[in-house]
Amino acid sequence: MSKRSSWALPYFIFLVLFVVLPLLLIVFYALTDGNGHFTLANITRFFSDGDSLSTFALSIEVAIENTLLCILIGYPTAWILANKDYNRSAVTVVLFILPMWVNALMRTLATAELFTMAGVTLGKGTLLFGMCYDYLPFMIYPIYNVLNKMDVSYSEAAQDLGAKPSEVFRKVTLPLSMPGVLSGVMMVFMPTVSTFAISEFLTNNKIKLFGTIIQENINNSMWNYGAALSLIMLVIIAITTMLQKDNSEQLEGGTI
Amino acid sequence: MIGNDKIINIEHLSKSFDGKKVLDDINLYVKRGEFLTLLGPSGCGKTTILRMIAGFLQPDEGVITLDGKDIAGLPPHMRPLNTVFQRYALFPHLDVYDNIAFGLKLKKTPEEEIDERVRRVLKLVAMSDYEDRDVSTLSGGQQQRIAIARAIVNQPKVLLLDEPLAALDLKMRKDMQIELKEMHKKLGITFIYVTHDQEEALTLSDTIVVINEGKIQQIGAPIDIYNEPVNCFVADFIGESNILKGRMMRDRRVAFLKHEFDCVDEGFGEDVPVDVVVRPEDIYFTTDPAKCQFTAKVNSCTFKGVHYEMWVDTDTGYELMIQDYDPYPVGSEVMLYIDPDDIQVMKKERTDNSFPAKVTGEGKVEFLETEFECNTEGFEEGDDVTASIRFEKVDLLDHEEDADLTGNIVSILYMGNHYHLTVKTEAGENIWVDSNDIWDKGDFVGIKILPEDIKLSKATQGNE
Amino acid sequence: MNAKKVLAKTYIGLVLVILYAPIVFIAIFSFTEAKSLGNWTGFSIDLYRNLFTGSMQNSAGLLSALENTLLIALIASVVATFLGTVAAIGIFNLKGAKKNTMNFLNNIPMINPDIITGVSLFLLFVFLHISQGYVTVILAHITFCTPYVVLNVLPKLSQMNPNIYEAALDLGATPSQALRKVLIPVLRPGMVSGFILSFTMSLDDFAVTFFTRGTIGLETLSTYIYADARKGGLTPELKPLMTIIFLFILMVLLFINIRQSKNTEKK
Repeated sequence: MSKRSSWALPYFIFLVLFVVLPLLLIVFYALTDGNGHFTLANITRFFSDGDSLSTFALSIEVAIENTLLCILIGYPTAWILANKDYNRSAVTVVLFILPMWVNALMRTLATAELFTMAGVTLGKGTLLFGMCYDYLPFMIYPIYNVLNKMDVSYSEAAQDLGAKPSEVFRKVTLPLSMPGVLSGVMMVFMPTVSTFAISEFLTNNKIKLFGTIIQENINNSMWNYGAALSLIMLVIIAITTMLQKDNSEQLEGGTI
Repeated sequence: MIGNDKIINIEHLSKSFDGKKVLDDINLYVKRGEFLTLLGPSGCGKTTILRMIAGFLQPDEGVITLDGKDIAGLPPHMRPLNTVFQRYALFPHLDVYDNIAFGLKLKKTPEEEIDERVRRVLKLVAMSDYEDRDVSTLSGGQQQRIAIARAIVNQPKVLLLDEPLAALDLKMRKDMQIELKEMHKKLGITFIYVTHDQEEALTLSDTIVVINEGKIQQIGAPIDIYNEPVNCFVADFIGESNILKGRMMRDRRVAFLKHEFDCVDEGFGEDVPVDVVVRPEDIYFTTDPAKCQFTAKVNSCTFKGVHYEMWVDTDTGYELMIQDYDPYPVGSEVMLYIDPDDIQVMKKERTDNSFPAKVTGEGKVEFLETEFECNTEGFEEGDDVTASIRFEKVDLLDHEEDADLTGNIVSILYMGNHYHLTVKTEAGENIWVDSNDIWDKGDFVGIKILPEDIKLSKATQGNE
Repeated sequence: MNAKKVLAKTYIGLVLVILYAPIVFIAIFSFTEAKSLGNWTGFSIDLYRNLFTGSMQNSAGLLSALENTLLIALIASVVATFLGTVAAIGIFNLKGAKKNTMNFLNNIPMINPDIITGVSLFLLFVFLHISQGYVTVILAHITFCTPYVVLNVLPKLSQMNPNIYEAALDLGATPSQALRKVLIPVLRPGMVSGFILSFTMSLDDFAVTFFTRGTIGLETLSTYIYADARKGGLTPELKPLMTIIFLFILMVLLFINIRQSKNTEKK
């Protein structure tokens, strides 16, 4: 069987070539100028550029709001779907994931059009709503998965020890479902920060998010600055991933 | 220790799941302070009873009272009972201390008191240094102790234990049995314990309730259940036994193995078919021809640690299991006898299969949702009748073709020279079959009944 | 109890209505001729007819975008399924640090947002002076699809009784026969779900394609819609196309699920 482990080799080479090397190239381009000389100018430019900074701040704000909104709407949905008293059919769950199979841009355009028809001005409100609409299934699914797989004997044990239904939820179900919420956050937060196109459609180009700036720079051949902006996102991803790991380990471990 | 008053009383308890009756008219009571065990094979309904006492299930019919009060409307969190769950259900997000303190914190117990009580139960379960440990780092046995501690710290009136030792290995299980028994003595709380392990039940309990197919088979002290099983199921399920067909000749005289024996049972009537149980350790070897009741040839002899287990063929063609401290060589002729005290005579539950049936036409009758051919002389179409088939007249086939209906073998009893099988049909009815063929529990079989073996009689009330 | 049930069902219903509103909206307006989305000019199936006969403005553009999308998705998911399955078998047999490294690397493309994957691959192709087009898009799609195949196949390997492969060898199968007749059938469910996931993600991708398609004018449905929308007028035939695709997927998924739940009921 030891030979079998060598089967990982082609994929390892593939990953190095198409995942690791490209990420290193982001670092490389971010820290060099057009001639390939080392410079921190791209990074300092970001921190001194009011436009980029405010877009960045807005993106983080929108992402946080969108994530919260998704949890607020998605958690009860997932909870009801996973509750055997209210739902026993797997088909209902599929219905919630199904919209993901319709082209996201097309759905977004239709959402924007619906707003226009209803006389709602496109702006931050519609952006939030549309984003939440796009990412809601990504929040519902992981939470549903965790809740659905959760052993009922945990909540029975809590009842047995004297917990009222509301206490069962607060003290047992909710903390035990946190890993699901966290992976939902991972699947919603970073993609929201980095969206482009969707934010433009939903606000009629009024609001730019961070993704759009990256795209504009890359498309206008400002690769080094584009790479620097990407690097900043990479750093945030690394931080959130590590935070999530810490948290889920804690949850498994059991100190809150 | 055990009081005489009933702390829990259960009357006429019934429960169905999806139209299938899992509990049928359960009546039992639990005395204050006793260790009561619900014992039965998996799926017999024992856990269902426990969950209804805990409040996780509502009975369809019947009443459960705790200290004389009906607890039907009481949700689980209001019941002064605590449960030790099958796979412990320790909260993975809380450490040992917080798991145990969970119930006390909900009751807003003062912190010093929580501290004191948690420490006390941790000491009781010999886990004093484990307060801050994550439950996931504990071994199965340790989790078990914490689960017990979490339940008893709330000082419940009754502790419910749902197969708490099932997940542990044999050695650990034995040790925990002793500890549980001691804990029960120390605490003085009533224990209701669910298990499928007869040995565990015999070791731990003050009272055992044997359950099968949703019905109580026997209630009694371990020694009484072992020595005086009321039917073949109990005799077979608890301990090793030789179960044989017999005939009560008159009071204190019973025939089986084609010999007659003195016994101590009375009141069965004269010349009545019965079942007889003899435990393997109760058949004795002798060299005294005057004592010898029958002879046999030793067929196999296996050392089992403390005793030898021998299978012998009797002079009358039966196979018996005997346990003795001394081995007898295979092939040797031996003389045997049984003390009258050690013969347990049981009323036969049934002497043949009988089903409510309907005559559906000339030579046709329907029962078990199947149409059979048989002699319908003397009956009209549409008549309600009882169809009877002798156990040995039911044929089992290993395929569906040619079969009248199909089913699964749910239990097998060896009766010394043939097998007595219970076959559950697709419709959920039982057919009992005597067969010389070897089948396995769970086998899917075809059932065939010849027309001449179906005897019709005028319908009587009920079918069992 | 009952009131709670009504409340729960209403909530679920409400969320579903909101979730499906835009899709239903597209479907409704696929039955009118009007160009812009919210404009109803009477019932008509002209758009459907145009779509099937190809008699519309820029029909070549839309149809070739559809063709590209399907072709890219098919090639990328087939390659990803093969690469991912082989890789999963390899990773399963690795131990210690090597295994952790592979799992870590495999996670990166799934954690990275599309735009990072897109930009990083764009820089790779620029850096290596590889001219971008079909091949680079397919390579990029394989990159973000394969991790999902690995993730779907690995659990099948760990659920598998480790002795069955050895049992096949013991019964006289050569390693390659044991692989074909024992291992692959066991892994098949994971491979199939990995393939389906890859295919749908590739179909839906916009950002990665956008950055790796180069300047040769390669369009997939997503980039086509993006360009169309930026120009201001959506090709009206997109509406019936999206409706058909949605209904097709709806039926496939419902079929699979109903069959699955029937199977589990039987068991």
